[in-house]
Amino acid sequence: MHVPDGFIDPPVSIAAGVVAVAGLGVCLRGARRELDERTAPLAGLVAAFVFAVQMLNFPVAAGTSGHLLGGALAAILVGPYTGALCVAVVLIVQGLFFADGGLTALGVNVTDMSIVGVVVGYVVFRLVVAVLPKTRFGVVAASAVGAFVAVPAAALMFVVFYAVGGTSDVPVGTVLTAMIGVHLLIGVGEAVITAMTVGSVLAVRPDLVRGARHLQKRLELRTPAAPVGAAHHGSTAQEA
Amino acid sequence: MGAGHAHRLYRPAASPVHRLSPQSKLVATVLFVFVVVSTPREAVWAFGLYAVLLAGVAAVARIPAPLVLRRMLVEVPFVLFAVLMPFLSQGERVDVLGLSLSVNGLWAAWNVLAKATLGVVCSILLAATTDLRALLVGLERLHMPQIMVQIMTFMVRYGDVIGDEMDRMRIARESRGFQGRDVRALPVVARSAGALFIRSYERGERVHLAMLSRGYTGTIPLRGEATTAAQWRTALALPAAALLTCITAWVLR
Repeated sequence: MHVPDGFIDPPVSIAAGVVAVAGLGVCLRGARRELDERTAPLAGLVAAFVFAVQMLNFPVAAGTSGHLLGGALAAILVGPYTGALCVAVVLIVQGLFFADGGLTALGVNVTDMSIVGVVVGYVVFRLVVAVLPKTRFGVVAASAVGAFVAVPAAALMFVVFYAVGGTSDVPVGTVLTAMIGVHLLIGVGEAVITAMTVGSVLAVRPDLVRGARHLQKRLELRTPAAPVGAAHHGSTAQEA
Repeated sequence: MGAGHAHRLYRPAASPVHRLSPQSKLVATVLFVFVVVSTPREAVWAFGLYAVLLAGVAAVARIPAPLVLRRMLVEVPFVLFAVLMPFLSQGERVDVLGLSLSVNGLWAAWNVLAKATLGVVCSILLAATTDLRALLVGLERLHMPQIMVQIMTFMVRYGDVIGDEMDRMRIARESRGFQGRDVRALPVVARSAGALFIRSYERGERVHLAMLSRGYTGTIPLRGEATTAAQWRTALALPAAALLTCITAWVLR
Protein backbone atom coordinates (compact mmCIF):
# COMPACT_ATOMS: atom_id res chain seq x y z
CA MET A 1 0.00 0.00 0.00
CA HIS A 2 2.97 2.31 -0.53
CA VAL A 3 1.41 5.39 -2.15
CA PRO A 4 3.54 6.77 -5.04
CA ASP A 5 4.19 10.39 -6.03
CA GLY A 6 1.43 12.18 -7.90
CA PHE A 7 -1.46 10.32 -6.30
CA ILE A 8 -2.35 12.87 -3.63
CA ASP A 9 -2.02 16.59 -4.42
CA PRO A 10 0.86 18.63 -2.89
CA PRO A 11 -1.11 20.61 -0.22
CA VAL A 12 -2.64 17.46 1.28
CA SER A 13 0.71 15.65 1.02
CA ILE A 14 2.37 18.43 3.01
CA ALA A 15 -0.46 18.48 5.58
CA ALA A 16 -0.06 14.70 5.98
CA GLY A 17 3.67 15.26 6.39
CA VAL A 18 3.01 17.67 9.26
CA VAL A 19 0.68 15.12 10.91
CA ALA A 20 3.32 12.41 10.45
CA VAL A 21 6.11 14.54 11.94
CA ALA A 22 3.95 15.42 14.98
CA GLY A 23 3.00 11.77 15.42
CA LEU A 24 6.61 10.64 15.18
CA GLY A 25 7.60 13.24 17.80
CA VAL A 26 5.09 11.68 20.22
CA CYS A 27 6.35 8.19 19.30
CA LEU A 28 9.98 9.15 19.92
CA ARG A 29 9.17 10.33 23.44
CA GLY A 30 7.06 7.25 24.10
CA ALA A 31 9.73 4.92 22.74
CA ARG A 32 12.27 6.38 25.12
CA ARG A 33 9.90 5.45 27.95
CA GLU A 34 9.43 1.93 26.60
CA LEU A 35 13.10 1.20 25.90
CA ASP A 36 15.01 3.80 28.02
CA GLU A 37 18.62 4.28 26.93
CA ARG A 38 18.50 1.17 24.77
CA THR A 39 16.15 2.92 22.30
CA ALA A 40 18.52 3.33 19.34
CA PRO A 41 19.91 -0.21 19.01
CA LEU A 42 16.70 -2.02 20.00
CA ALA A 43 14.33 0.08 17.89
CA GLY A 44 16.82 -0.19 15.03
CA LEU A 45 16.93 -3.97 15.24
CA VAL A 46 13.14 -4.22 15.56
CA ALA A 47 12.84 -2.00 12.48
CA ALA A 48 15.24 -4.35 10.68
CA PHE A 49 12.99 -7.21 11.78
CA VAL A 50 9.87 -5.46 10.42
CA PHE A 51 11.73 -4.78 7.17
CA ALA A 52 12.76 -8.45 6.87
CA VAL A 53 9.36 -9.82 7.85
CA GLN A 54 7.72 -7.71 5.13
CA MET A 55 9.74 -9.73 2.64
CA LEU A 56 8.43 -12.98 4.13
CA ASN A 57 5.81 -14.12 1.66
CA PHE A 58 3.09 -16.49 2.66
CA PRO A 59 0.76 -18.31 0.29
CA VAL A 60 -2.83 -17.01 0.30
CA ALA A 61 -4.87 -18.82 -2.31
CA ALA A 62 -4.74 -19.83 -5.95
CA GLY A 63 -1.03 -19.14 -6.30
CA THR A 64 -1.15 -15.59 -4.97
CA SER A 65 0.90 -14.66 -1.95
CA GLY A 66 0.74 -11.87 0.58
CA HIS A 67 3.20 -10.38 2.99
CA LEU A 68 2.99 -9.09 6.51
CA LEU A 69 2.70 -5.33 7.13
CA GLY A 70 3.82 -5.91 10.69
CA GLY A 71 2.46 -2.75 12.37
CA ALA A 72 0.18 -4.47 14.86
CA LEU A 73 2.74 -7.22 15.38
CA ALA A 74 5.49 -4.74 16.27
CA ALA A 75 3.15 -2.82 18.59
CA ILE A 76 2.14 -5.97 20.49
CA LEU A 77 5.72 -7.22 20.77
CA VAL A 78 7.58 -4.02 21.70
CA GLY A 79 4.88 -1.50 22.61
CA PRO A 80 2.83 0.94 20.50
CA TYR A 81 5.26 3.87 20.43
CA THR A 82 8.28 1.82 19.45
CA GLY A 83 6.14 -0.19 17.05
CA ALA A 84 4.88 2.91 15.22
CA LEU A 85 8.38 4.37 15.19
CA CYS A 86 9.86 1.20 13.69
CA VAL A 87 7.23 0.99 10.94
CA ALA A 88 7.80 4.70 10.15
CA VAL A 89 11.57 4.20 9.94
CA VAL A 90 11.01 1.27 7.59
CA LEU A 91 8.76 3.44 5.39
CA ILE A 92 11.26 6.32 5.32
CA VAL A 93 14.14 4.01 4.39
CA GLN A 94 12.01 2.31 1.72
CA GLY A 95 10.95 5.65 0.23
CA LEU A 96 14.35 7.33 0.37
CA PHE A 97 16.67 4.47 -0.57
CA PHE A 98 14.57 1.78 -2.23
CA ALA A 99 12.23 4.02 -4.27
CA ASP A 100 9.29 2.15 -2.73
CA GLY A 101 6.62 4.76 -2.04
CA GLY A 102 6.96 8.36 -3.23
CA LEU A 103 9.00 10.96 -1.35
CA THR A 104 6.16 13.50 -1.48
CA ALA A 105 3.75 10.78 -0.32
CA LEU A 106 5.93 9.87 2.67
CA GLY A 107 3.68 11.81 5.05
CA VAL A 108 0.61 10.01 3.71
CA ASN A 109 2.31 6.62 3.98
CA VAL A 110 3.62 7.21 7.51
CA THR A 111 0.25 8.53 8.73
CA ASP A 112 -1.68 5.60 7.20
CA MET A 113 0.46 2.63 7.98
CA SER A 114 2.58 3.65 10.92
CA ILE A 115 0.39 5.98 12.96
CA VAL A 116 -3.21 4.97 12.17
CA GLY A 117 -2.42 1.30 11.56
CA VAL A 118 -0.48 0.89 14.79
CA VAL A 119 -2.72 3.03 17.00
CA VAL A 120 -5.93 1.32 15.85
CA GLY A 121 -4.34 -2.13 15.98
CA TYR A 122 -2.97 -1.59 19.47
CA VAL A 123 -6.12 0.02 20.92
CA VAL A 124 -8.28 -2.82 19.59
CA PHE A 125 -5.76 -5.32 20.95
CA ARG A 126 -5.91 -3.79 24.45
CA LEU A 127 -9.70 -3.65 24.41
CA VAL A 128 -9.99 -7.32 23.44
CA VAL A 129 -7.32 -8.32 25.96
CA ALA A 130 -9.33 -6.58 28.68
CA VAL A 131 -12.48 -8.53 27.74
CA LEU A 132 -10.96 -11.97 27.25
CA PRO A 133 -9.72 -14.17 30.12
CA LYS A 134 -6.17 -13.44 31.19
CA THR A 135 -4.51 -16.35 29.49
CA ARG A 136 -2.03 -16.82 26.64
CA PHE A 137 -4.92 -17.73 24.40
CA GLY A 138 -6.56 -14.41 25.24
CA VAL A 139 -3.46 -12.48 24.12
CA VAL A 140 -3.15 -14.52 20.92
CA ALA A 141 -6.82 -14.03 20.03
CA ALA A 142 -6.58 -10.31 20.79
CA SER A 143 -3.51 -10.07 18.52
CA ALA A 144 -5.52 -11.57 15.70
CA VAL A 145 -8.39 -9.11 16.15
CA GLY A 146 -6.03 -6.13 16.48
CA ALA A 147 -4.08 -7.04 13.35
CA PHE A 148 -7.27 -7.75 11.41
CA VAL A 149 -8.74 -4.31 12.20
CA ALA A 150 -5.44 -2.42 11.73
CA VAL A 151 -5.11 -3.17 8.01
CA PRO A 152 -8.50 -1.85 6.80
CA ALA A 153 -8.15 1.07 9.26
CA ALA A 154 -4.93 2.12 7.51
CA ALA A 155 -6.69 1.71 4.15
CA LEU A 156 -9.57 3.86 5.41
CA MET A 157 -7.14 6.64 6.36
CA PHE A 158 -5.74 6.49 2.84
CA VAL A 159 -9.29 6.88 1.44
CA VAL A 160 -9.74 9.95 3.66
CA PHE A 161 -6.57 11.48 2.15
CA TYR A 162 -7.81 10.51 -1.30
CA ALA A 163 -11.19 12.14 -0.69
CA VAL A 164 -9.52 15.41 0.36
CA GLY A 165 -6.64 15.56 -2.10
CA GLY A 166 -6.88 12.79 -4.67
CA THR A 167 -5.65 13.72 -8.15
CA SER A 168 -8.04 11.49 -10.07
CA ASP A 169 -11.82 11.63 -10.11
CA VAL A 170 -12.44 7.96 -9.58
CA PRO A 171 -15.48 8.27 -7.24
CA VAL A 172 -14.54 8.10 -3.54
CA GLY A 173 -17.16 5.39 -3.07
CA THR A 174 -15.45 3.14 -5.64
CA VAL A 175 -12.04 3.70 -4.05
CA LEU A 176 -13.52 3.03 -0.61
CA THR A 177 -15.15 -0.23 -1.66
CA ALA A 178 -12.06 -1.44 -3.49
CA MET A 179 -9.57 -0.47 -0.79
CA ILE A 180 -11.60 -1.81 2.14
CA GLY A 181 -12.51 -4.99 0.24
CA VAL A 182 -8.93 -5.81 -0.67
CA HIS A 183 -7.60 -4.89 2.75
CA LEU A 184 -10.18 -6.97 4.60
CA LEU A 185 -8.72 -9.95 2.74
CA ILE A 186 -5.16 -8.85 3.51
CA GLY A 187 -6.29 -8.30 7.11
CA VAL A 188 -7.27 -11.97 7.43
CA GLY A 189 -3.76 -13.06 6.43
CA GLU A 190 -2.24 -10.40 8.69
CA ALA A 191 -4.41 -11.59 11.60
CA VAL A 192 -3.52 -15.26 11.20
CA ILE A 193 0.20 -14.71 10.90
CA THR A 194 0.36 -12.02 13.61
CA ALA A 195 -1.48 -14.24 16.10
CA MET A 196 0.69 -17.24 15.31
CA THR A 197 3.88 -15.21 15.56
CA VAL A 198 2.84 -13.70 18.90
CA GLY A 199 1.90 -17.21 20.05
CA SER A 200 5.27 -18.63 19.12
CA VAL A 201 7.17 -15.82 20.87
CA LEU A 202 4.91 -16.25 23.93
CA ALA A 203 5.79 -19.93 24.07
CA VAL A 204 9.55 -19.32 24.05
CA ARG A 205 10.21 -15.87 25.52
CA PRO A 206 6.96 -14.61 27.10
CA ASP A 207 8.95 -11.75 28.68
CA LEU A 208 9.56 -10.27 25.21
CA VAL A 209 5.85 -9.81 24.44
CA ARG A 210 5.02 -6.40 25.84
CA GLY A 211 1.30 -6.87 25.23
CA ALA A 212 1.32 -9.91 27.53
CA ARG A 213 2.96 -8.27 30.53
CA HIS A 214 -0.16 -8.72 32.60
CA LEU A 215 0.34 -12.51 32.34
CA GLN A 216 3.70 -12.41 34.04
CA LYS A 217 3.60 -13.45 37.66
CA ARG A 218 5.57 -11.28 40.04
CA LEU A 219 8.31 -13.14 41.81
CA GLU A 220 7.40 -13.60 45.46
CA LEU A 221 9.65 -14.31 48.39
CA ARG A 222 8.70 -17.47 50.25
CA THR A 223 10.24 -18.18 53.63
CA PRO A 224 10.10 -21.74 55.03
CA ALA A 225 7.39 -22.18 57.70
CA ALA A 226 9.66 -24.37 59.86
CA PRO A 227 10.20 -22.15 63.00
CA VAL A 228 6.55 -22.51 64.16
CA GLY A 229 6.81 -26.32 64.37
CA ALA A 230 10.20 -26.07 66.09
CA ALA A 231 8.80 -23.92 68.91
CA HIS A 232 5.95 -26.38 69.43
CA HIS A 233 8.38 -29.26 69.54
CA GLY A 234 10.44 -27.46 72.16
CA SER A 235 7.50 -26.99 74.52
CA THR A 236 6.45 -30.66 74.32
CA ALA A 237 10.01 -31.69 75.12
CA GLN A 238 9.84 -29.63 78.31
CA GLU A 239 6.63 -31.33 79.41
CA ALA A 240 8.16 -34.76 78.99
CA MET B 1 30.56 -8.60 7.50
CA GLY B 2 33.98 -9.22 5.99
CA ALA B 3 33.63 -8.05 2.42
CA GLY B 4 32.87 -4.56 1.16
CA HIS B 5 30.50 -2.57 3.33
CA ALA B 6 29.05 -0.55 0.49
CA HIS B 7 25.38 -1.33 0.01
CA ARG B 8 24.32 -3.13 -3.15
CA LEU B 9 22.20 -0.14 -4.21
CA TYR B 10 25.27 2.07 -4.34
CA ARG B 11 27.27 2.22 -7.55
CA PRO B 12 30.67 3.69 -6.79
CA ALA B 13 32.23 6.03 -9.36
CA ALA B 14 34.20 9.26 -9.35
CA SER B 15 31.65 11.49 -11.06
CA PRO B 16 30.73 15.06 -10.06
CA VAL B 17 27.35 13.77 -8.85
CA HIS B 18 29.01 11.23 -6.55
CA ARG B 19 31.29 13.93 -5.13
CA LEU B 20 28.41 16.23 -4.07
CA SER B 21 27.70 16.18 -0.36
CA PRO B 22 24.86 13.80 0.64
CA GLN B 23 22.82 16.55 2.30
CA SER B 24 22.81 18.72 -0.83
CA LYS B 25 21.70 15.72 -2.93
CA LEU B 26 18.93 14.90 -0.44
CA VAL B 27 17.58 18.46 -0.54
CA ALA B 28 17.83 18.58 -4.34
CA THR B 29 15.97 15.26 -4.68
CA VAL B 30 13.11 16.21 -2.37
CA LEU B 31 12.71 19.66 -3.96
CA PHE B 32 12.79 18.18 -7.46
CA VAL B 33 10.10 15.62 -6.65
CA PHE B 34 7.89 18.29 -5.08
CA VAL B 35 8.26 20.50 -8.16
CA VAL B 36 7.37 17.53 -10.40
CA VAL B 37 4.27 16.76 -8.34
CA SER B 38 3.17 20.42 -8.49
CA THR B 39 3.30 20.54 -12.30
CA PRO B 40 -0.07 20.64 -14.13
CA ARG B 41 -0.71 17.29 -15.74
CA GLU B 42 -1.71 18.77 -19.11
CA ALA B 43 1.85 20.09 -19.64
CA VAL B 44 3.13 16.87 -21.19
CA TRP B 45 6.24 18.62 -22.54
CA ALA B 46 7.27 19.63 -18.99
CA PHE B 47 7.42 16.00 -17.89
CA GLY B 48 9.49 15.22 -20.98
CA LEU B 49 11.89 17.96 -19.94
CA TYR B 50 12.09 16.55 -16.39
CA ALA B 51 12.95 13.16 -17.85
CA VAL B 52 15.69 14.78 -19.96
CA LEU B 53 17.06 16.50 -16.82
CA LEU B 54 17.18 13.19 -14.95
CA ALA B 55 18.77 11.46 -17.96
CA GLY B 56 21.39 14.21 -17.90
CA VAL B 57 22.12 13.55 -14.22
CA ALA B 58 22.36 9.81 -14.91
CA ALA B 59 24.76 10.46 -17.79
CA VAL B 60 27.01 12.73 -15.71
CA ALA B 61 26.95 10.17 -12.88
CA ARG B 62 27.65 7.36 -15.36
CA ILE B 63 24.72 5.27 -14.16
CA PRO B 64 23.83 2.82 -16.96
CA ALA B 65 20.22 2.96 -18.17
CA PRO B 66 19.57 -0.80 -17.76
CA LEU B 67 20.31 -0.52 -14.04
CA VAL B 68 17.77 2.28 -13.63
CA LEU B 69 15.19 0.42 -15.73
CA ARG B 70 15.65 -2.78 -13.73
CA ARG B 71 15.15 -1.00 -10.41
CA MET B 72 12.07 0.76 -11.78
CA LEU B 73 10.22 -2.57 -11.51
CA VAL B 74 9.36 -1.51 -7.96
CA GLU B 75 6.54 0.64 -9.33
CA VAL B 76 4.81 -2.12 -11.29
CA PRO B 77 1.87 -2.42 -8.81
CA PHE B 78 0.99 1.21 -9.50
CA VAL B 79 1.19 0.83 -13.23
CA LEU B 80 -1.46 -1.87 -12.85
CA PHE B 81 -3.55 0.44 -10.69
CA ALA B 82 -3.18 3.36 -13.10
CA VAL B 83 -4.38 1.15 -15.95
CA LEU B 84 -7.71 0.78 -14.12
CA MET B 85 -8.28 4.52 -13.71
CA PRO B 86 -9.64 5.27 -17.20
CA PHE B 87 -12.29 2.59 -16.68
CA LEU B 88 -13.36 3.75 -13.21
CA SER B 89 -13.34 7.53 -13.60
CA GLN B 90 -16.42 9.60 -14.37
CA GLY B 91 -17.07 12.34 -16.88
CA GLU B 92 -16.74 12.62 -20.62
CA ARG B 93 -15.79 9.36 -22.34
CA VAL B 94 -13.90 8.53 -25.51
CA ASP B 95 -13.73 5.31 -27.50
CA VAL B 96 -10.24 3.87 -27.85
CA LEU B 97 -9.98 0.60 -29.76
CA GLY B 98 -13.59 -0.15 -28.91
CA LEU B 99 -13.18 0.52 -25.18
CA SER B 100 -15.11 3.33 -23.55
CA LEU B 101 -12.62 5.27 -21.46
CA SER B 102 -13.00 8.34 -19.29
CA VAL B 103 -11.02 11.37 -20.50
CA ASN B 104 -10.42 12.49 -16.94
CA GLY B 105 -9.36 8.98 -16.01
CA LEU B 106 -6.83 8.90 -18.84
CA TRP B 107 -5.38 12.20 -17.62
CA ALA B 108 -5.32 10.94 -14.03
CA ALA B 109 -3.56 7.74 -15.08
CA TRP B 110 -1.00 9.75 -17.04
CA ASN B 111 -0.58 12.08 -14.06
CA VAL B 112 0.20 9.25 -11.62
CA LEU B 113 2.36 7.33 -14.08
CA ALA B 114 4.48 10.32 -15.08
CA LYS B 115 4.94 11.73 -11.58
CA ALA B 116 5.48 8.37 -9.87
CA THR B 117 7.98 7.29 -12.52
CA LEU B 118 9.98 10.51 -12.23
CA GLY B 119 9.92 10.18 -8.43
CA VAL B 120 11.12 6.58 -8.59
CA VAL B 121 13.94 7.43 -11.01
CA CYS B 122 14.98 10.31 -8.77
CA SER B 123 15.20 8.00 -5.72
CA ILE B 124 17.10 5.41 -7.74
CA LEU B 125 19.66 7.99 -8.85
CA LEU B 126 20.06 9.25 -5.28
CA ALA B 127 20.68 5.75 -3.91
CA ALA B 128 22.99 4.82 -6.79
CA THR B 129 25.23 7.88 -6.40
CA THR B 130 25.27 8.12 -2.59
CA ASP B 131 26.30 5.45 -0.13
CA LEU B 132 23.56 4.61 2.37
CA ARG B 133 25.73 5.56 5.34
CA ALA B 134 26.62 8.88 3.70
CA LEU B 135 22.88 9.53 3.25
CA LEU B 136 22.32 8.94 6.96
CA VAL B 137 25.09 11.42 7.77
CA GLY B 138 23.41 13.83 5.36
CA LEU B 139 20.09 13.45 7.18
CA GLU B 140 21.82 14.23 10.45
CA ARG B 141 23.50 17.28 8.91
CA LEU B 142 20.01 18.41 7.85
CA HIS B 143 19.00 18.33 11.54
CA MET B 144 16.90 15.21 11.60
CA PRO B 145 16.70 14.30 15.32
CA GLN B 146 19.77 12.28 16.25
CA ILE B 147 17.84 9.43 17.84
CA MET B 148 15.94 8.99 14.56
CA VAL B 149 19.20 8.93 12.57
CA GLN B 150 20.62 6.37 15.01
CA ILE B 151 17.57 4.10 14.66
CA MET B 152 17.80 4.35 10.86
CA THR B 153 21.53 3.67 10.99
CA PHE B 154 20.97 0.49 13.00
CA MET B 155 18.16 -0.56 10.71
CA VAL B 156 20.25 -0.10 7.57
CA ARG B 157 23.31 -1.64 9.16
CA TYR B 158 21.55 -4.74 10.46
CA GLY B 159 18.86 -5.00 7.77
CA ASP B 160 21.03 -7.28 5.66
CA VAL B 161 22.16 -9.27 8.72
CA ILE B 162 18.55 -9.96 9.73
CA GLY B 163 17.62 -10.61 6.10
CA ASP B 164 20.42 -13.17 5.83
CA GLU B 165 19.29 -14.75 9.08
CA MET B 166 15.82 -15.13 7.59
CA ASP B 167 17.34 -16.63 4.46
CA ARG B 168 19.27 -19.20 6.52
CA MET B 169 16.02 -20.15 8.25
CA ARG B 170 14.38 -20.60 4.86
CA ILE B 171 17.23 -22.84 3.70
CA ALA B 172 16.95 -24.83 6.93
CA ARG B 173 13.20 -25.28 6.37
CA GLU B 174 13.61 -26.30 2.76
CA SER B 175 16.44 -28.71 3.50
CA ARG B 176 13.99 -30.52 5.79
CA GLY B 177 11.52 -30.90 2.97
CA PHE B 178 9.28 -27.88 3.72
CA GLN B 179 7.34 -26.46 0.80
CA GLY B 180 5.16 -23.42 1.42
CA ARG B 181 2.38 -24.20 -0.99
CA ASP B 182 -0.88 -23.48 0.81
CA VAL B 183 -2.44 -22.20 4.02
CA ARG B 184 -1.19 -25.18 6.01
CA ALA B 185 2.31 -23.70 5.70
CA LEU B 186 1.30 -20.63 7.72
CA PRO B 187 2.12 -21.97 11.22
CA VAL B 188 5.65 -22.82 10.06
CA VAL B 189 6.18 -19.38 8.51
CA ALA B 190 4.77 -17.72 11.64
CA ARG B 191 7.07 -19.71 13.92
CA SER B 192 9.98 -18.61 11.76
CA ALA B 193 8.85 -14.99 12.12
CA GLY B 194 8.65 -15.45 15.89
CA ALA B 195 12.13 -16.95 16.04
CA LEU B 196 13.42 -14.14 13.84
CA PHE B 197 11.95 -11.57 16.23
CA ILE B 198 13.60 -13.18 19.24
CA ARG B 199 16.95 -13.35 17.45
CA SER B 200 16.67 -9.70 16.29
CA TYR B 201 15.74 -8.47 19.76
CA GLU B 202 18.50 -10.42 21.46
CA ARG B 203 20.98 -9.16 18.88
CA GLY B 204 19.82 -5.63 19.70
CA GLU B 205 20.52 -6.27 23.39
CA ARG B 206 23.99 -7.58 22.59
CA VAL B 207 24.71 -4.62 20.28
CA HIS B 208 23.65 -2.25 23.05
CA LEU B 209 25.96 -3.93 25.57
CA ALA B 210 28.82 -3.87 23.06
CA MET B 211 28.24 -0.15 22.53
CA LEU B 212 28.11 0.52 26.28
CA SER B 213 31.43 -1.23 26.71
CA ARG B 214 32.86 1.08 24.07
CA GLY B 215 31.68 4.19 25.86
CA TYR B 216 28.26 4.87 24.26
CA THR B 217 26.37 7.52 26.23
CA GLY B 218 23.32 7.96 23.98
CA THR B 219 24.83 10.20 21.32
CA ILE B 220 27.13 9.56 18.40
CA PRO B 221 29.41 12.43 17.34
CA LEU B 222 28.30 14.33 14.23
CA ARG B 223 30.12 13.03 11.20
CA GLY B 224 30.59 14.22 7.64
CA GLU B 225 31.56 17.58 6.27
CA ALA B 226 29.64 20.79 5.78
CA THR B 227 28.49 21.52 2.22
CA THR B 228 30.30 24.31 0.40
CA ALA B 229 28.34 27.03 -1.35
CA ALA B 230 29.60 25.75 -4.70
CA GLN B 231 28.21 22.28 -3.93
CA TRP B 232 24.85 23.74 -2.98
CA ARG B 233 24.78 25.68 -6.26
CA THR B 234 25.57 22.59 -8.31
CA ALA B 235 23.07 20.38 -6.50
CA LEU B 236 20.26 22.93 -6.54
CA ALA B 237 20.68 23.54 -10.27
CA LEU B 238 18.45 20.49 -10.88
CA PRO B 239 15.42 21.59 -8.83
CA ALA B 240 15.93 25.18 -10.04
CA ALA B 241 15.71 24.08 -13.68
CA ALA B 242 12.67 22.01 -12.80
CA LEU B 243 11.03 24.94 -10.99
CA LEU B 244 11.55 27.16 -14.04
CA THR B 245 9.87 24.48 -16.18
CA CYS B 246 7.01 24.13 -13.71
CA ILE B 247 6.37 27.91 -13.58
CA THR B 248 6.45 28.10 -17.38
CA ALA B 249 3.95 25.24 -17.54
CA TRP B 250 1.57 27.07 -15.17
CA VAL B 251 1.93 30.34 -17.11
CA LEU B 252 1.29 28.70 -20.49
CA ARG B 253 -1.75 26.81 -19.18
